[in-house]
Amino acid sequence: MMHEALLEIADDCLVLGHRLSEWCGHAPMLEEDLALPNMALDLIGVARGLYARAGELEDAGRGEDDLAYFRGEREFRNCLLVERPNEDFAQTMLRQLYFAAFMEPFWRAASASSDEVVHGIAGKAAKEVAYHIRHTGEWVIRMGDGTVESAARMARAVDALHRYTGELFESSPAARAAEAAGVLPVREEMRGDWDRVIGMIFTEARLVLPEDTHMHSGGRAGLHGEDLGHILAEMQSVARAHPGAVW
Amino acid sequence: MYSQGLIGADGRTGETETFLAAFQARIDAEEKIEPKDAMPEGYRRTLVRQIGQHAHSEIVGMLPEGNWVTRAPSLRRKAALLAKVQDEGGHGLYLYSAAETLGVTRDGMTEELLAGKAKYSSIFNYPTLTWADIGTIGWLVDGAAIMNQIPLCRCSFGPYARAMIRICKEESFHQRQGYEIMLTLCRGTRAQKAMAQDALDRWWWPSLMMFGPHDAESSHTEQSMAWKIKRFSNDELRQKFIDATVPQAEYLGLKVPDPAMRWDEALNGGKGGYRHGPIDWDEFWRVVKGEGVMNRDRIAARKKAWDDGAWVREAALAHAAKRATGKVAAE
Repeated sequence: MMHEALLEIADDCLVLGHRLSEWCGHAPMLEEDLALPNMALDLIGVARGLYARAGELEDAGRGEDDLAYFRGEREFRNCLLVERPNEDFAQTMLRQLYFAAFMEPFWRAASASSDEVVHGIAGKAAKEVAYHIRHTGEWVIRMGDGTVESAARMARAVDALHRYTGELFESSPAARAAEAAGVLPVREEMRGDWDRVIGMIFTEARLVLPEDTHMHSGGRAGLHGEDLGHILAEMQSVARAHPGAVW
Repeated sequence: MYSQGLIGADGRTGETETFLAAFQARIDAEEKIEPKDAMPEGYRRTLVRQIGQHAHSEIVGMLPEGNWVTRAPSLRRKAALLAKVQDEGGHGLYLYSAAETLGVTRDGMTEELLAGKAKYSSIFNYPTLTWADIGTIGWLVDGAAIMNQIPLCRCSFGPYARAMIRICKEESFHQRQGYEIMLTLCRGTRAQKAMAQDALDRWWWPSLMMFGPHDAESSHTEQSMAWKIKRFSNDELRQKFIDATVPQAEYLGLKVPDPAMRWDEALNGGKGGYRHGPIDWDEFWRVVKGEGVMNRDRIAARKKAWDDGAWVREAALAHAAKRATGKVAAE
């Protein structure tokens, strides 16, 4: 059970890191060709640590690559937000901000984890996502309060993505068990910090927080949108063509 | 990265004999030339061209490797490849900055690249078809780049030489990670080893072409050597690369796709070396002139990134202007 709770977070980080890596060589400016892989590397690094720990706890002989490359769509446990397509730079930055604004307080709280490995990962990850908030927050402000076009694109990004933010605060049965055991913090408790950070940035960005949005969820039960299957088909293609091979 | 940076370089210069002699004396004394120093126009123009083409090569070079970031077969490889491609972007950034010290702008250089007026290394106009290409690019392409770049750390132009020191350290790491991918593939399954041989077959000759035409056909070498922008000839560097690489291929158990390749005691001033068979220079010039498989796709991808990103760059400027005049929401 505990390993499933860690897989949820590992899958979030891997899928979002993968999405960012799709920008590689195609960013709007050279500085972002450096910044986007930086964030991707942070996320993939966290995913690797969590997969390795999840594998140990599961005790079925699966390592990080077995978990990343040999599970299908229905077995992935990431939230829906992280699998949303990059679309444009506005959506990519907002998706990242929404996620980082949740993970920053989450990792800070997880520094008190009763699990030694989670405790270790949390300390490093908290610093990384604090930087992600700063970087993406600045972009959301620039684009929200930039030109007419950029403001329109930011508003469309909010409309497209806000509906996936509710799931961040939901705890699956596996997460609830981990919370009860003191391994992970209670997701709902991050709401205050998240609201405050997003509220502050949206004010500066002249963006309006949508009200009464229907919140989608299902990722933690393996009920994804259609995009995840394509991510996995691409990501896993080489590994699956050569089962058992070492790379 | 590339002696190809000198193809089409115009080293002609119109200064007085006295000025040129004084400049040459500084070069001969191994003094570094700094951006604000007086320099012959031909020297400046040659460097802008070479550094610009080097920068473009780093940026375009992100594309063939980026093609495999989303399919890297393990998380460790995925992270290493992302970091490597990010390094290439960083190299582009230093190099554009080094070129900017000579009075050109990054945007101006980018526009020349996108308009097809500025070149980049021909090697990036070949496609990456399998995962083994990622290992081969690190091993051969970065290996060839290092051969070219180590001497550039002593280039007479200070900013370029200093940028190259850091770049060479990173390239050397890339070369080792590429070779390590190859080693893993060659010790792996039969299919993995076949993939490695296939990649070597496709990348070997284009890698040799990276050093540029034979010395006899390379018209710009002499002036660049005198100015110590370039310190070894194309053929000298190519030979060093071959001599270093052939034993590495043997260690991997792979065969270099050159039936004429043989050890020749007479090479390297009697020390011996590997003599290679004829290089297909028609192919080289075809690719340099735009008819490689990927030339159009590479520029189209860069142009798309640039055009799609225009609104983002405009937004950043507009917001900065609002900040400067205090017209932002929070103030």
